[in-house]
Amino acid sequence: MLALELYRSIPRYLAARTVGARMPGLLAGPVAPLRLVNRDEPRVPAEGWARVEPRLSGICGSDLATLSGHASFYFSSLVSMPFIPGHEVVGELFDPLDDLPAGTRVVLEPVLSCAARGVEPCPSCTGGATDRCDRITVGHVSPGLQTGYCADTGGGWGRMLVAHRSQLHPVPDAMTDRRAVLVEPLACAIHGVFRARPEPGASVLVVGAGTVGMLTILALREFTQAGRVVVVAKHPRQRELAIQLGATEVTDPGSAVQALRRSTHAYRLKPERGGSYLLGGVDVALDCVGNRTSLALALRTTRAGGRVVLTGMPEGGADLAPIWFRELELTGAYATGTELTENGPAKTFDLAIDLAAEAPLEGMVGAEYPLSRWREALDHAFGAGRLGTVKVAFDPRRD
Amino acid sequence: MSRPGFVLEVDERTPPLLVHEGESFKLQKFPLGTQVLYPPDPLAGIRDVNAAIRHALLNPLGSEPLPELLKPGMRLTIAFDDISLPLPPMVTPDIRGRVIEHVLELAARAGVDDVKIIVANSLHRRMTPSEIKRAVGERVYRSFFPGDLTNHDAEDRDGLTYIGQTDRGEDVEINKRAAESDLLVYVNINLVAMDGGHKSVPVGLGSYRSLKHHHNVQTMLNSRSFMDPHHSALHDSTGRMGRLLAGHLRIFTIETTLNNDTFPDAFGFLNKREWEWTLADQARYLAAKKANDLAPSRVRREVWHRIEAPYKVTGIHAGETEAVHERTLANVHRQQLVEVNGQADVMVVGLPYICPYNVNSIMNPILVQCLGLGYFFNLYRGKPLVREGGAMILHHPVPWEFHQVHHPSYVDFFDEVLAETTDPAQIEAKYEQQYAQDPWYIHLYRNSYAYHGVHPFYMWYWGAHAMEYLGDVIFVGGDRRSVHRMGFRSASTFADALEMASETVGSSPRISYFHTPPMTLAEVR
Repeated sequence: MLALELYRSIPRYLAARTVGARMPGLLAGPVAPLRLVNRDEPRVPAEGWARVEPRLSGICGSDLATLSGHASFYFSSLVSMPFIPGHEVVGELFDPLDDLPAGTRVVLEPVLSCAARGVEPCPSCTGGATDRCDRITVGHVSPGLQTGYCADTGGGWGRMLVAHRSQLHPVPDAMTDRRAVLVEPLACAIHGVFRARPEPGASVLVVGAGTVGMLTILALREFTQAGRVVVVAKHPRQRELAIQLGATEVTDPGSAVQALRRSTHAYRLKPERGGSYLLGGVDVALDCVGNRTSLALALRTTRAGGRVVLTGMPEGGADLAPIWFRELELTGAYATGTELTENGPAKTFDLAIDLAAEAPLEGMVGAEYPLSRWREALDHAFGAGRLGTVKVAFDPRRD
Repeated sequence: MSRPGFVLEVDERTPPLLVHEGESFKLQKFPLGTQVLYPPDPLAGIRDVNAAIRHALLNPLGSEPLPELLKPGMRLTIAFDDISLPLPPMVTPDIRGRVIEHVLELAARAGVDDVKIIVANSLHRRMTPSEIKRAVGERVYRSFFPGDLTNHDAEDRDGLTYIGQTDRGEDVEINKRAAESDLLVYVNINLVAMDGGHKSVPVGLGSYRSLKHHHNVQTMLNSRSFMDPHHSALHDSTGRMGRLLAGHLRIFTIETTLNNDTFPDAFGFLNKREWEWTLADQARYLAAKKANDLAPSRVRREVWHRIEAPYKVTGIHAGETEAVHERTLANVHRQQLVEVNGQADVMVVGLPYICPYNVNSIMNPILVQCLGLGYFFNLYRGKPLVREGGAMILHHPVPWEFHQVHHPSYVDFFDEVLAETTDPAQIEAKYEQQYAQDPWYIHLYRNSYAYHGVHPFYMWYWGAHAMEYLGDVIFVGGDRRSVHRMGFRSASTFADALEMASETVGSSPRISYFHTPPMTLAEVR
């Protein structure tokens, strides 16, 4: 089958990391540790698994971080090489699986937790928090925190993958593929919002207006009674869309501290070195980017005792002094699990499917590429914000 | 006897005329038939200023002589106009310092020990120690600063006294020390007709609670103009407040007027009519222009802000506020009034590098707007120099530049408020309270050298009358982004500006060029 394969290459990793930021075009070109291959379909590893034919597979920020060498080495023991990326997937069940007949349209919940691995449920999985699974390196398949990072399962950037029943959620007939492919990032955004737990009327900062940032605004308005939502966005189209989705105010990164000072009536201080920061600030900040600058902004503009949530995969390196001095609560929001809603516990994916059915997601998937045009697709994804695109996806079925 | 003001009609023999454009200037050809308003030549200064001060204090208008008001054991407070006057700062000794020394001398003779001096800075930034020293002089500064010579703090709740309401329900709240004194002596410098009178104490020593009653859009729209106190809702309001205060507090007003000898010898050509420039003036122009154009912007600004005006004192009057102010206004008019027949279709001005709110600072776009549409447009009596629906062409680069210490709320006002609307009434309704009560701006006003959070709003309201009245506003050489942000238009050259204005006023407009500074007040018939 045709697939894009991410393989281990130290020279390419180093090249991507050193020159990628300055010449992002190279990341989709000669320095990408990615290749288009014809390889065997992934093998169904055990009972409860089946083949899934991806219809659309999104390009996520974490995929781009991996390709550009900015993912933390912390994850190196949680993946198995070579693997086929792609964890934002809407596909079609190739084989019948339990209650699902072949041909059922499904979205993939990518975490490879205890159920998928065929091991005794760990304490987290027992509690429904599959995103915190402690057994993601053992069992029926090789190490891999998610489908799309595991050598055995295949991924969305290929023409076939294998998935466990616990990972599959049927898609309502009325939902288009373009909506369905956004269910996974929407679920992550919802999970981030539940981790953020803003009080009614609380001021919230959303750093970043990529896919997760946009969907976080949507989730904030759907699941919380947050007050003022300030969004940091770089590009004009992002600013428009953020307002449409419910942002109270949008600011560019360079003016963010100033704008937040104004909206929260905080005090602004300028240290001898480094950027200015606030005494006072927002109640809750969600970093939907995950780089040093975005985290620093969140930490520097959240009020004492406030909460900062890492929704984007963090790169690290920010000055942690505000956490100590402002007694901030810094928390992560990884993938999806079970949320405690007003109506009791609910799977994040179920909440996301319901919201995706009604939310104004039209136009968010701005481009679909066949696998053969992967360099163009990645180039587009690296420049998505600038080009006015929210999400770029592969359609592996196309030639 | 100095020559009166003059209106020139541009003909074939008229040389290019000097036009200010921020921290620069140029010679500009004007279309034939353009009316050019020149102020009267500088009036002769008082030869013996000390004697004139003594005379004013001993022979006041509508009041007992100052020595009779000074008693041992009394509380005496002296307040004086802040850094916003005069423009440019005058050569030392500053007339305020000279007057204060005389008052202190009389107080000492009378055995008055409890004396405090207060800078009447209202919601303006605090004056720095060196600025205060320059205004009051070395002796007064050394004797009183810092304990007994302070800036007014309009946000010190414990340092304010609520006096009451006028018959129109306007709150009057002023500096507590001033309010509780047995005698308040106010020392003023009057550069334009807007200043002085009852505007001094209620505004200079007032608080936001008090100022909001007259520093608002409605008042500005009903001041025709605020440079003509008898037709100004602003002055009606401060007059009511001043009279209420006079019933609670003994105020002894000392007002001084200056001639319009604005620029020192090196820039003497800026004071003169162009056809009277000598060869030396022409050489100075060329040298100054070349040096100015070549200098780095930081150096250029430094040089401009070091200019000291060789103003001469033309009048010193003391006593009851209203009686004093009538004399003051007469002096100001004698120096500045120019009679003009009829209104123009296009009013042209060159905006200089300085306005009341950027002394030793940066003239940001909001201040440019205030100077042009607020001050210069309103420098009229009777009716505006330009007809309703006409165009105003202003020469200024309008750089997108702010002084981060002096004008922090201006930055936010420009970024946030003007991005949403430029309508003064909407701005007032939606944003004024937020900015006025923002604790950070209040902190910076009280402890740093920042203008109050509400100050950019006042500057925007200052232009409200012009914005409502004019059909077009065009900045020649203005930064397109900042001009556009304010809702105006930008042209590369004067010719382009006239071409653009033709959409509003036709292709053969009547043009008036308001040749100022030095300051001019148009009496439009």
